[in-house]
Amino acid sequence: MNINRLFIANRGEIAVRIIKAANALGVKTIQAFSEADKDMLSVRLADESICIGPASASASYLDINAVVSAAVRMKADAVHPGYGFLAENADFAKAVKDAGMIFVGPDAETIERMGDKVSARQVAEAAGVPVVPGSKGRVESTDDAAKIAKTIGYPVMIKAAAGGGGRGIRIAQNEEELRNFAPQAQAEALAAFGDGGLYLERAIRSPRHIEVQILGDGVNAIHCFERECSLQRRRQKVWEEAGAVNLKKATVAHLCQAAVDLAKAVQYRGAGTIEYLYDDDTGEFYFIEMNTRIQVEHTVSEMITGIDLVQEMIRIAGGGKLNLRQDQIIRNGHAIEVRINAEDPFMQFMPFPGKVGTMSIPKGDGVRVDHFLYEGYQIPPFYDSLLGKLIVHAPSRDEAINKLLVALKEFQIGGLKTTMPLHIALASDRDVRAGKFHTQWLEAWLAAGNLDATMREGALL
Amino acid sequence: MANIQSPLPGTFYQKPSPEEAPYKSNGDSVNIGDTIGLVEVMKTFIEVKSDIRGTFSEYLAVDAAPIQAGDFLAELMA
Repeated sequence: MNINRLFIANRGEIAVRIIKAANALGVKTIQAFSEADKDMLSVRLADESICIGPASASASYLDINAVVSAAVRMKADAVHPGYGFLAENADFAKAVKDAGMIFVGPDAETIERMGDKVSARQVAEAAGVPVVPGSKGRVESTDDAAKIAKTIGYPVMIKAAAGGGGRGIRIAQNEEELRNFAPQAQAEALAAFGDGGLYLERAIRSPRHIEVQILGDGVNAIHCFERECSLQRRRQKVWEEAGAVNLKKATVAHLCQAAVDLAKAVQYRGAGTIEYLYDDDTGEFYFIEMNTRIQVEHTVSEMITGIDLVQEMIRIAGGGKLNLRQDQIIRNGHAIEVRINAEDPFMQFMPFPGKVGTMSIPKGDGVRVDHFLYEGYQIPPFYDSLLGKLIVHAPSRDEAINKLLVALKEFQIGGLKTTMPLHIALASDRDVRAGKFHTQWLEAWLAAGNLDATMREGALL
Repeated sequence: MANIQSPLPGTFYQKPSPEEAPYKSNGDSVNIGDTIGLVEVMKTFIEVKSDIRGTFSEYLAVDAAPIQAGDFLAELMA
């Protein structure tokens, strides 16, 4: 392998995760850190470390020059971007390469192509991956809109072609409504954006978020099955599973094959994720986007396949080929990950960047905790609130939820408020148990006071 | 003279957004509950509200600078 000295351009739990993978591969690690992160766990675990700037992420973890020049100074031969920060920044990938180092991920062109919604949609369509049915381009008249809506299928979303941020969006249930709404939307778009062009797209009510983990070496690509990530709050995933509950086998096979086709179509190198919306009413799924990096929830795919995805992405970046064929990747049992955030779920999820007191971390067969905590560690307030992830693996989903509840009750982090009570309540909820949820479910569940109600019923005792 | 303290650690902002003017400037009257700044903590923006009444003197914390809970953010003339 061409990688001997790996620079970690990230922080928190994923930095610790990358160090573990590098250690297993015999690769030396160099941890980048901001002035606010000099005490973080990955600085202590890495072979070497270097300060890249002040606390503010824009002057440290997001500063391409600061990161690249520190990596060069430390004689790194590769840079792992983790997730977030610069992980999907094509300029960063290019700067790393131009400085003579390997970027652990796809090349800048692929990041750029898949990062643009329109070009990603075109790539997906060309690879035969279903996209949300919509008009090919601008729709100029109400008659055109009605004609197109008939082929797309109702309900349809009417959007301003020049718009953004949800402005001017209307949902028509039938042609009568469409003929009513289209001229209004056109007038509103003209007034707001100086352009009355419209765009139509099938409206999918209460979709589920299903995604597929892929690995590619530039020629071949494989998938590591699907993940279910519908439990979200403010578009942030809070609980993820592998695989997806209540999906037909044929649908899963189709989702996974489409993801592999897409990865092959762009000659993908590294670990990536194809995200879909799944419509429970019709059983149809649609491509939304591709994430060209490792994801927070990669752990559940690792648990059910036994593959170390972070090691694989480093190995591939170092010039390795995929050493597993699709038929050698076997799905085993069910895995669930819950995100432990430093937030108070009983106070509108107010961030709680405290000092870590006494900790008791659950252990055992099929129980994994990826985190960056140690007793006495002061959580800095400058970055996101993710403290770590509790992952459980069991033969069935029901057993996994049981194991999750036991592990959550064992898990103690003194000195902090965390989202663990939310997960205990969710694991105790009938709909969650039955797998009856979608991307709009959790916020409505919280708004209806279910967290407090579950606590009163004693689930937390 | 009285000071407004930060309820949380994080990054302090004197303005609602970079293009806008600071919430308060010298001579402005401040009522209890008036927003005088923002603290960004773990990617969440929290409004800092005054718990005292008076006339705004000056910001004691620099715009966009890291602060600790309890740091003095602004000074009022009672």
